[in-house]
Amino acid sequence: MAQPTDEAIATAEPATAEPAPAPARRDRTRFLRNPKTLTGLVILAGFVLIAIIGPWIAPHDPSARGPELLQPPSWQHLFGTTQTGQDIFSQILVGARGVLVVGFTAALIAGVLSVIVGVTAGYLGGLGDDLLSSVSNIFLVIPGLPLIIIIASFLPDTGDLAIAAIIGLTGWAWGARVLRAQTLSLRNRDYVQAAKATGESTPRIIVFELLPNLTAVIASGFIGTVIFAVLANVTLAFIGVADISDWNWGTVLFWAQSNQALAQGAWWWFVPAGLCIALLGTALALINFGIDEFINPRLRSPGKEDRAVRMRIGFTPVVRRDYPRDAAPAAAAPPAGPDAPDRPDAPDRPDGAEAPDAPEARGGTAPAGAADRPGTAGTDTGKESHR
Amino acid sequence: MTEPVLEIRGLDVDYGLGDSAVRAVRDINLTLHRGEILGLAGESGSGKSTLAYAVTRLLPPPGVITGGEVRYRPGNGTPAVDILDLGPEELRAFRWQEISLVFQGAMNSLNPVHTVRSQLTDVIAAHRPAMGRAARNDRAAELLSLVGISADRLGSYPHQLSGGMRQRVMIAMALALEPEIVLLDEPTTALDVVMQRQILRQLVRLREELGFSVVFITHDISLLLEFSDRVAVMYGGRIVEEAGAKEIYRDARHPYSHGLLHSFPALHGPRRELTGIPGSPPDLKSMPSGCAFHPRCPKAFDPCASRVPALTPAPAGDRSVACWLHTEHGSGDS
Amino acid sequence: MKYLLQRLAFYAVTAWAAITINFVIPRLMPGDPVQALINRFQGQLSTKAIDSLYTLFGLDDERSLWQQYLDYWGNLLRGDLGTSFAFFPTGVGDIIAESLPWTLALMGVTTLISFVLGTGIGIYAGWRRGSWLDGLLPVTTFISSIPYFWLGLLAISVFAVQWRVFPASGGHDASVVPGMTWGFISSALYHALLPAITIVISAVAGWILGMRNMMVSVSSEDYVLVAQAKGLSERRVMFSYAARNAILPNISNFALSLGFIVGGTLLVEMVFSYPGIGYRLFQAVGAKDYPMMQGVFLIITLAVLAANLLADLAYMALDPRTRREA
Repeated sequence: MAQPTDEAIATAEPATAEPAPAPARRDRTRFLRNPKTLTGLVILAGFVLIAIIGPWIAPHDPSARGPELLQPPSWQHLFGTTQTGQDIFSQILVGARGVLVVGFTAALIAGVLSVIVGVTAGYLGGLGDDLLSSVSNIFLVIPGLPLIIIIASFLPDTGDLAIAAIIGLTGWAWGARVLRAQTLSLRNRDYVQAAKATGESTPRIIVFELLPNLTAVIASGFIGTVIFAVLANVTLAFIGVADISDWNWGTVLFWAQSNQALAQGAWWWFVPAGLCIALLGTALALINFGIDEFINPRLRSPGKEDRAVRMRIGFTPVVRRDYPRDAAPAAAAPPAGPDAPDRPDAPDRPDGAEAPDAPEARGGTAPAGAADRPGTAGTDTGKESHR
Repeated sequence: MTEPVLEIRGLDVDYGLGDSAVRAVRDINLTLHRGEILGLAGESGSGKSTLAYAVTRLLPPPGVITGGEVRYRPGNGTPAVDILDLGPEELRAFRWQEISLVFQGAMNSLNPVHTVRSQLTDVIAAHRPAMGRAARNDRAAELLSLVGISADRLGSYPHQLSGGMRQRVMIAMALALEPEIVLLDEPTTALDVVMQRQILRQLVRLREELGFSVVFITHDISLLLEFSDRVAVMYGGRIVEEAGAKEIYRDARHPYSHGLLHSFPALHGPRRELTGIPGSPPDLKSMPSGCAFHPRCPKAFDPCASRVPALTPAPAGDRSVACWLHTEHGSGDS
Repeated sequence: MKYLLQRLAFYAVTAWAAITINFVIPRLMPGDPVQALINRFQGQLSTKAIDSLYTLFGLDDERSLWQQYLDYWGNLLRGDLGTSFAFFPTGVGDIIAESLPWTLALMGVTTLISFVLGTGIGIYAGWRRGSWLDGLLPVTTFISSIPYFWLGLLAISVFAVQWRVFPASGGHDASVVPGMTWGFISSALYHALLPAITIVISAVAGWILGMRNMMVSVSSEDYVLVAQAKGLSERRVMFSYAARNAILPNISNFALSLGFIVGGTLLVEMVFSYPGIGYRLFQAVGAKDYPMMQGVFLIITLAVLAANLLADLAYMALDPRTRREA
């Protein structure tokens, strides 16, 4: 890796540079209202459902051979059949479970490890930090997939759980690294310092003060690892390292490849599995975009209204609105004698006249503090964060 | 009083568009005269920086200018331009040539990957294409010496300079094209007190030599009074009082200005009692009715909660105030 | 200088860790894997191969673990990576030396192209946020979620099986003798094109996303606003101020992602039967050719470390803050 210094790390993860007021206290529904997140969650829920009920709703036994050999998709076999007449649709339905179980188990193992290593390193600092950071950097640099392939091919048992364990034990370093940087920036916040000063124990501070504010980062790392684990698992099955007697989408591709599906033009044999992998990966990535935008509001895409006017840094748009005036613009001009103080338009204006423009009910876009520090604040946080 | 160089009329600035917009700056009328140092005072969130950035069209998203005009009068007979009417290319040519800025926090204002020389000369190259490379380098060295930095620092990167030096580089940069107006946004906030005064004195001296006008923004009102000719006090996105620095120091009319003055110790002049202002600045999203200051105002009375007082020139002297106390009394009209 | 030395020390430690992991893994296997292998190869293994197997799995009772470790290092330093079973009696080192150039050429060129292309598109997409370029985002997300090897399968089925415009496998035409001849080079390029396009399409999406987000973040830095205030040209602000800074973390990410990219690229080789080390690894996995697998893993790791060092040097050249005088 090329970032040795802490400044470099701070720029490498903009999310950690200014996670601003404790994210834990932010408006969580904003995360769910993000259309990207919502799309991702819906697709993921669909796959989870298939993983649960797949084996029951599968129209055929995925391993059972049938009379119709290498048939393109039909109503009888939605995704066609293999060379031995197996139903590919059933293989995909049944195989979803293995993919998701391995993905989530591996991410869980990696997530726990990354929290332990990353938060400890970031909170301790000093020698302990150096040591733990070095270990995670080493794991980051060693190419993950070849390492997993080597370990898996040496193991006698390569069932789903063994594969998940290998992926989890080798794939925690990225999360640990991000968490360390984030913990480092949280460590010196007032509320953590206050807790320290009042004599709270270190584990208590970590669990009650730090972890709640790391939730988003942990979640993002978790989902990132699920994506990696799904790909790694499918790959292992595809190259025949993992146990090919368990059905998963990689196994489908393994049989397609070893039976020359390509040369026989049997596109239906490998297209559905690949599309499922890509769709699952997209769903997870969309959820992660939502989390990223939640952590780092600078990344948020402009809202519907904002799209009408091009917002560019350095060129503030002029969109004239007819706001009522306070008074004649004579005030700052050279003194022209006393102005009539009771101008009918100004003093009579009840405050209610401003109501359509004063968006007290809408949070989100512009905080009160934004007015004085356009450089940074104009993008951040909702109203609760100011407290 | 000299002629005006910048006239702001009825300026409105919002954050956001449509119904969710927050009004950050409302109906500002302000004039900067040639050669003058105009101070903008107010707490965080009062809109003083927003105003400065809006005038130069540099307010980042979601900032939007929603009304008014900003007339720049170059003098010597050239017709005035409204900065709000300029297109992107006109704006580029206008910037730094006519109005330059010194931003708060010099650490982040300098590009960390380029040398001081490159950052001083690129602006000259952009606006004076006829100037050769050697001439640009000479000019950069001259600018550094203007702010008391030796020319061998030209090859330094920002991280190799101290905070005070960085801020002086920014000031040198601001003077590169000899603009008519220099906007200073909290230029010395991050520096220690000695360095602050040193840099500001230098600026005042340079202004006398080069004859530019200054808009000086700081939350430190004692600095503001010391270095400004005139002061405009902002509260809740509006100007509540505008007067000469001496007048406002001697006799602040708006209760808010009065409170602000008494929340900082004066470095010069007689000691005064420090009182401060109770309460906190208003939330722009839910502005109090009437005069925005009335919930915190010790002298609030009937009209304050319901009607917004207009910024009204005083009958005598060159000053104005937006306060019902002085509207009634000052004009004797009610 | 100090920075560079730190990095070199780190790579030395990482190389040691990878080599040691390689030593440990076979020794963690339960049971008697050698007997299993002898049965599997049904007497086709020579006594020399069986001896080397016992050494590999650390079942050589006469020597202590420490002695085994020293022997292992001694062999490595002599460049002896052991003997392949599948290509017995060829040494693992020879097979790797023959395959490595193919991989380096394919992977090096495609990685560079996708990085440059993705970064370039990402710069524009981040700078022109809110423009039509934002429409690219969902597409790139989808593409970056596709496994490399599956895209390879798709490419073969469309361009090699359906339309027959590209060869489906191999690194060069079987009738051409490898050498520095135009015939061979053009044949090699022709065979490399489809795998290369596959890798670039898969990899470029990630770079676009990363660089775009970095541009968006950097665009709100004060120095970009200052650059706009200075009235510099759009090009200068965009490249010299925003992109020039945004690219630094992207280079760090480049180095960190190399391990992932290499994994994906190896799989593309497998799908295309491209004669690089990825394909060798695939063959070794199928044949349980442990010495081969371990050799490939070591070489890949060392190559990734070397690439990381290059990225470090690029980073140092681009970021003056790392050039601090020690």
